[in-house]
Amino acid sequence: MKTADGTRPVRFRRGRKWLPGLLLVSPSIVAIGLFVYGLIFWNTRVALSGKHDEVSEYGFDGGRNFVDLWDQPSWPGAVRNALVFTAVFVAGALLLGAFLAFLMDKGVRGEASFRIVYLFPMAVSFIATGVVWRWLMNPAPPERAVGLNQLFDKLHLGALANDWWQNPDWGMAAMALPAVWQMSGYVMALYLAGFRSVPEDLREAARVDGASELQVYRYVVFPQLRPVTLSALIILGHISLKVFDLIMAIAGKQIITYVPAVATYVEIFDRHDPANGATIATYMLVAVAVLVIPYLVWSVRSERVR
Amino acid sequence: MTVMRAPGGMSRTGRTVRLAILLAFVVLFLIPVYVLVVTSFKPLDEADPSSAWSLPERWSTSGWSAAWTELKGGLANSVKIAVSGSIISAVLGSLNGYVLSKWRFPGADVVFTLFLFGMFIPYQAVMIPLAGLLTDIELSGTIRGIVLAHVVYGIPICTLIFRNYYVTIPDELIEAARVDGAGMLRAYWSVVLPVSGPAFAVTLIWQFTSMWNDFLFAVFLGAPDSWPVTVMLNNTAGSGAVAVQYNVQMASALLASLPTLLVYLLLGRFFMRGLMAGALKG
Repeated sequence: MKTADGTRPVRFRRGRKWLPGLLLVSPSIVAIGLFVYGLIFWNTRVALSGKHDEVSEYGFDGGRNFVDLWDQPSWPGAVRNALVFTAVFVAGALLLGAFLAFLMDKGVRGEASFRIVYLFPMAVSFIATGVVWRWLMNPAPPERAVGLNQLFDKLHLGALANDWWQNPDWGMAAMALPAVWQMSGYVMALYLAGFRSVPEDLREAARVDGASELQVYRYVVFPQLRPVTLSALIILGHISLKVFDLIMAIAGKQIITYVPAVATYVEIFDRHDPANGATIATYMLVAVAVLVIPYLVWSVRSERVR
Repeated sequence: MTVMRAPGGMSRTGRTVRLAILLAFVVLFLIPVYVLVVTSFKPLDEADPSSAWSLPERWSTSGWSAAWTELKGGLANSVKIAVSGSIISAVLGSLNGYVLSKWRFPGADVVFTLFLFGMFIPYQAVMIPLAGLLTDIELSGTIRGIVLAHVVYGIPICTLIFRNYYVTIPDELIEAARVDGAGMLRAYWSVVLPVSGPAFAVTLIWQFTSMWNDFLFAVFLGAPDSWPVTVMLNNTAGSGAVAVQYNVQMASALLASLPTLLVYLLLGRFFMRGLMAGALKG
């Protein structure tokens, strides 16, 4: 009897009980629909418009601008810079973060303090820290060396002195250093939480089988952490493709450290070329989407199954 | 000869080596802070890059007072933007998170996924039409315009934080309230909101920090009247700055970072949780 009594109201409610929920979320749905998807659509429209100044009408150039961009002197370099930056930054932050987490995994006296130090760079903006990084990575020659080059000199490590980000070939690798400094603590925190979620029994079982501590990590702990590594890769990757503040703070709009995000800014504000600005922004969006969409779908899906 | 082993299966030397490496990284991580602090307290004639590794011979706060004069307008704007923006964000996030975890509608997963994508997009890909839109609704160059942008593009992360937090509230509690005749909002008010404290803390801190540190929205959508401290700082101490007074530059950089640093040091626990939420499944 109880079930019969209980079933009807539940079924009755099930028909429309979700409606108020949908209403409550609808302002956000409208906002995201308009500001994210609507504006992305409109931006693509601008990219296809062939509107290379601020006065002419919106036309339609059939996507020519996406091809023409590659003939601009600054664009291929911007792409190369972004790729070099991404490679060094992602690899650097991932390795350093995992290494720090590995060192802290077994517990270390004053762990909380270590975490605070490794993570604090995330709380400050690159506009602020760029002020000091610009000075630390100053390429002045040995006789009037400053910053890190001067420090190397004092420590008799003069051979390490270099041009930093002003090196025409690999300057972007140096530009990635402040970014590694900012984000490796985050990776450390991700991995540390991951390490600690691996059950001690698993590790113990491997030890009983004669595995050394390093082998335990290599064959037991790290394979368990693939989701963490994937998360970290996606987060670092999308930050990297969008890097803007750091470059603006350290180098400004110089061609030597030109990246897509800076290029968008220059096209819009300095060259007053909406079509080019929008085209570069679209390329950035596509790069991020290729990276993120599969991850999002996988995340939401696997969570539902769980 | 047997080596003494710590409980974790690590020898004493192993532990010392680990500690030494960790301490070395602490020093490396703090190098920029050291330079910022010592230079900011030097008088102008001492504040030269060639001597920046040494401590001030004469401690002076002249750099700080000059920085304050330069930045106070920007600091005030940043406070307005970050405080109001983070509060609105948290309220929206809480309501969205509640519905998407406890009062789900058909297609809620799709909506949630579409929201989440908004978290990752490069904002350059909306900036040109966004600037045009804000001009049309007469919010261009205003603090309210900047707040609007922050709030809208903050919806995904705030919804995510609250949703992941509310998933841990047992459905039975909501069900019980419903049996007692509570509707959606009553159940939110009487069951969900009272336990939402930690999620509000995480969201407020996260949004405050990212709004305070934002440069992109501010530089694209702001105007001299509404520029937050990051843009002011970049103008006075950034790569394009003309006057080079190192003590003022470094003091400015520190001054602009103090609020978020304080929040981090005092409430770091919540800051961490916000970070983890950003990693979805991390």
